[in-house]
Amino acid sequence: MTTNRGHVVSVNGNMVNVEFTGAVTKNEVGYIVLGDTRLKSEVIRINGNTASLQVYEMTGGVAVGDEVEFTGELLSAELGPGLLTQIYDGLQNPLPKLAEECGFFLQRGVYLTAIPDKDWPFTPKVKKGDTVIAGDTLGTVPEGVFTHQIMVPFSLLGEWTVEDIVPEGVYNVRSTIARIRNAKGEEKELSMVFEWPVKKAIKCYDERLRPDETMVTKIRLIDTFLPVAKGGTYCIPGPFGAGKTVLQHLTSKNADVDIVIIAACGERAGEVVEVLKEFPELIDPKTGRSLMERTIIICNTSSMPVAAREASVYTAVTLAEYYRNMGLDVLLLADSTSRWAQAMREMSGRLEEIPGEEAFPAYLESRIAEFYERAGKVRLRDGRTASVTIGGTVSPAGGNFEEPVTQATLKVVGAFHGLSRERSDARKYPAIDPLDSWSKYEGVLPQDKVNEAYSILVRGSEVNQMMKVVGEEGTSLEDYITYQKGELLDSVYLQQNSFDPVDAQVTVERQIETFNVLYDILTSDFDLGDKKDVRLFFNQVRQAFLDWNGTAESDARYGERKQELTNLYKAKVRA
Amino acid sequence: MQKVYTKIESIVGNVITVRATGVKNQDLAEVTTSSGVSYANVIKLDHDLVSLQVFSGAQGISTGDSVRFLGVPMRVSFSDDLLGRIFNGSGEPRDKGPSLTDNMIEIGGPSVNPAKRIIPKNMIRTGIPMIDVFNTLVESQKLPIFSISGEPYNQLLARIAMQAEVDLIVLGGMGLKYDDYLFFRETLEKSGAMSRTIMFVHTASDPTVECTLVPDMALAVAEQFALKGKKVLVLLTDMTNYCDSLKEMAITMDQVPSNRGYPGDLYSNLAARYEKAVDFDDAGSVTILAVTTMPGDDVTHPVPDNTGYITEGQFYLRNGHIEPFGSLSRLKQQVNKDTRDDHRSLMDAMIKLYAAYKESVEKKAMGFQMSEWDDKLLRYGSLFESKLMDLSVNIPLEKALDLGWEILAECFEKNETGLKSDLISKYWPK
Repeated sequence: MTTNRGHVVSVNGNMVNVEFTGAVTKNEVGYIVLGDTRLKSEVIRINGNTASLQVYEMTGGVAVGDEVEFTGELLSAELGPGLLTQIYDGLQNPLPKLAEECGFFLQRGVYLTAIPDKDWPFTPKVKKGDTVIAGDTLGTVPEGVFTHQIMVPFSLLGEWTVEDIVPEGVYNVRSTIARIRNAKGEEKELSMVFEWPVKKAIKCYDERLRPDETMVTKIRLIDTFLPVAKGGTYCIPGPFGAGKTVLQHLTSKNADVDIVIIAACGERAGEVVEVLKEFPELIDPKTGRSLMERTIIICNTSSMPVAAREASVYTAVTLAEYYRNMGLDVLLLADSTSRWAQAMREMSGRLEEIPGEEAFPAYLESRIAEFYERAGKVRLRDGRTASVTIGGTVSPAGGNFEEPVTQATLKVVGAFHGLSRERSDARKYPAIDPLDSWSKYEGVLPQDKVNEAYSILVRGSEVNQMMKVVGEEGTSLEDYITYQKGELLDSVYLQQNSFDPVDAQVTVERQIETFNVLYDILTSDFDLGDKKDVRLFFNQVRQAFLDWNGTAESDARYGERKQELTNLYKAKVRA
Repeated sequence: MQKVYTKIESIVGNVITVRATGVKNQDLAEVTTSSGVSYANVIKLDHDLVSLQVFSGAQGISTGDSVRFLGVPMRVSFSDDLLGRIFNGSGEPRDKGPSLTDNMIEIGGPSVNPAKRIIPKNMIRTGIPMIDVFNTLVESQKLPIFSISGEPYNQLLARIAMQAEVDLIVLGGMGLKYDDYLFFRETLEKSGAMSRTIMFVHTASDPTVECTLVPDMALAVAEQFALKGKKVLVLLTDMTNYCDSLKEMAITMDQVPSNRGYPGDLYSNLAARYEKAVDFDDAGSVTILAVTTMPGDDVTHPVPDNTGYITEGQFYLRNGHIEPFGSLSRLKQQVNKDTRDDHRSLMDAMIKLYAAYKESVEKKAMGFQMSEWDDKLLRYGSLFESKLMDLSVNIPLEKALDLGWEILAECFEKNETGLKSDLISKYWPK
């Protein structure tokens, strides 16, 4: 391929203007040549014969007149077996391998191949003469516990005939495994690896379906009251220190999906390190293997170049879509989308675009929508269903949700888990505000019962507000009981003790059992004399309930404690 | 390339432009004016128009002054000779010592590969109970001290500089009052800590651009020492001044402000500095403690807000002491399990009782009747504040824990503390 060339005419931060001859495509990748180093960049604007490039590296040392090579290709992710367990930066550079080559620091201009050079036992699924289209399976290789499908590259148009396919055996990931030809006589040699531009959604499926199956997180508050569906989207905004990242880590461990992709976008490096060191030690209850075997980490932490931060969420979602096409349920956790939006803002400023609110670009909303819309449950062409679920944290300035990124995100997601400073200060975990948050998905429990419980929570909180004004004396006994019921619901069901090995993750079956007992308490009419009795009674119930919550199902005392609790409250129910 | 350019095209704020070719982004240049020589660095290139930011400010620069490009980016000398020395924001000596030019290293270097980081595991002892006992500082941690003007944050930093058990202190002062600079110098000299300290100081009257260079220089030097196996503690004061300088420069360069006038890349700029905190696998470490004054005591102000999203917890310095509430060291769990078996439990119990004390104080202020329990709490609170919270207390962790037990024993019965019986039988003063 002939490469197009140009030269630098101006440098402003991480934006470089380049004069070129010939044709240049928007979003194609170009390299700025600095002696031996080549700095990766992307064309983001073209005006006459000047292209504006955002550089994915620091631009110190770039001079006017430096040569630029255009590749003619869009920024792409490499797809193939071996992605799982990897730790990549935003441009899909494998970080551990980079550390082997460059030591402690991230040297700029070093780009390694993303897919490890490895041999795989390949089993063909097509034979010579078969007709295939993009996304069809040519064969499979075992990747950990998954059957990794080697597919026809998504970018190929039209029908192709298999001319040649290798027999079952062990092949290198980059060696040719098939040869295909189309009606025009074009021939392609295929290996197990191909590329796909990260900013384009992969659509090699039959149709999109409504997300209707709950993705269990083993967090009661979420699964019961604010559920997330497989193929759905949700966001977690919250001020610093409210526990966004902790919540995401827990979800990444417990979520009932096949593959988890963690995109650490512009956040602390230390948090990624915790995942890196902790996950290989943890066992995935679903497969019995290390948790790392179902995980990919895309890590572009806050001190790494800003433009690559923008690319990192796209890289992550592309990998998610790739695995979805194999019939798997994938969860993408992006932490934090605000940093991604800020990266866009920085670039927009350099381009001297007219700023919108808080200087974010006018296209902020459409970019956020575009990103979340890449989630979804789909039916593949072979009839199987699969999904990509996206959960993004938002870090609003000052913890105020009335800011552009939070608001733009709320428009497009299916569930909103807003964290509150008040709840986190009171050490209520998870610090999701149950009254502000919402979800449009179906949970694991009957909706009418959940709604009834929720209405008690709302009424209880109203009574509480009122009591702050009129005092306990001015509150009727009936209202006071409602208030205590709301508090009980909060403390034994909404809150979860993350340090307690039993209470930290609760299965759906147990959630249903617990909820039914709680529901009975909430809807019972109690015969209690005065407020002191009420307080005493609810304190006892809470204590008994918490004891039960902390007992494992396998424990002999499990049934006993449930019975104690039931006896305790049944004794006071009005006949 | 030693070509000299003698025609300055424009002078706006601290930025000058000249027409030149072959200049590289972020290169250093020398600007010679009638009043002396100042350094400047390239911040923008547009065809042959080069924009430079003059470190000493553009005041007094004439369009006929000469600019010479040095062909290297901003650097700072690194060697053991730095110890005990004081420099200004462009790396020139502020004390009477010689200027250093050996072994120049680049400032603002690349970020550490996350795959090479390790989970922090070592405590840094400061001799301050409110830190050691309640919110332990951990090697490679980055922690801001949120405070307001008028609080003794510089006194606190000076104490930490004298007492902290580290190999080396790098102190970066930004927008310091001259008196504060003298205070630091005298205190450290008197205590003998100066010999293990390197200071980069920008005072309030120095040029703005130099203020923004201080953290980079301090951290570049710290990083090099850490690579040589040293345990380095970087103290920065005050990061709000640093941010304000960034704001000033961004506005003069016509950048679109994002929030209260601060540039949109404030978060990235702060993160790039704070993330220099690191524990190297088989070498030393860099730990950062940075004072951030909150304008109007408002934690949602862009500077403390962005800082909070980056750092691993925060200390609140209010009313002359480190607040037990709100202050948080996110990494303390990594280390406080291995100090002494009573550390965590005692910490929790004392904080809970202190919270109860605060409630009693409120009750008293509102004129409610005090119970016997309230009286006990009030006594406990005042002992806690005078013996542990006071900033002048300097005792090792073990002594501080013992003191905690003594205070409890003086005020409460054993079963009122909420502590486990086996700990009580082991540590309760006889």
